[in-house]
Amino acid sequence: MKFVKFLIVGIIFGIVMAKSEAFSWYRIQEMFRFQSFHMYGIIGTAVVLGVIGVALIKKFKIRDFSGNPVLFLPKDKSYPRYLLGGTLFGLGWALSGACPGPMVVNIGYGYVPFIIVFLFATLGTFLYGIIKDKIPH
Amino acid sequence: MIEFLTQPWSWWFSGIIISAIMFIMLYFGQSFGFSANLRTICSIAGAGKKVKFFDFNWRSQLWNIVFLIGAIIGGFIANQFLSNDEPVKISEATVETLSQYGFGAPKGAQPDELFTWEAVFTLKGFLVLAIGGLLVGFGARYAGGCTSGHAISGLSDLQVPSLVAVIGFFVGGLIMTYVFFPMIF
Repeated sequence: MKFVKFLIVGIIFGIVMAKSEAFSWYRIQEMFRFQSFHMYGIIGTAVVLGVIGVALIKKFKIRDFSGNPVLFLPKDKSYPRYLLGGTLFGLGWALSGACPGPMVVNIGYGYVPFIIVFLFATLGTFLYGIIKDKIPH
Repeated sequence: MIEFLTQPWSWWFSGIIISAIMFIMLYFGQSFGFSANLRTICSIAGAGKKVKFFDFNWRSQLWNIVFLIGAIIGGFIANQFLSNDEPVKISEATVETLSQYGFGAPKGAQPDELFTWEAVFTLKGFLVLAIGGLLVGFGARYAGGCTSGHAISGLSDLQVPSLVAVIGFFVGGLIMTYVFFPMIF
């Protein structure tokens, strides 16, 4: 039963990815070609509200539903991994038109060939796990 | 209300919902980051026996796998009950640009040229999806997160590493769009 709430939030996530058209390959093309404000508006609105909300959580030390402080763990301060990993991610995002979340939303929506993209994304994560100690972080 | 829901949602409404999802996840004691699921799936499949990176207690991540299953159901609901079956309304400029690479005007959310089984069963069509997926999955874990983990959760917390990762997303995206895309299509 404790998982039901995550199922419901996941369903809302899937619906918003589809209804905002953020799951569309065309929208990602349009974004990287700077031909519409749409995707920037979505991400920008989420980030602006996110910055305000996170600042308020920290200022008022708001706790989660089980009474624990909401933790924000600082990420490692080593930059090659973010730039190199981010660049590889971006290359794939602009080609397949989907980041991991929208991939599965597409499968549910009926664009079943996205299962190929998702399986290879899983394989990509597996390959990272194999060679992670040999590449710069 | 139904008409409001079945139209494409505006960018501001969608952005509000996405930030709400992030805060709900924080309230539930977790964080909003989708690509961690790929690592969890590798671990569930037994990769932890061979590779240390996947040797962790995947049961502690099941909440996120349940979120993933919800996302699939959400996509289904959006198509079955909340769709007006109109093509995505991308800009005329994008339609024009893509036509130069052999893509027809949108008939739905995704191009038939890439996301039909006919396209998948061509060598080029298969490679585009496979290589795109590989890069996303490898890059997301290398960078320690994807759009949800870095661009939404990380930037909301003003984390510099997340800003660097998002800059990387755009460096890669622009290289693909302006350098490789014209070579591929």
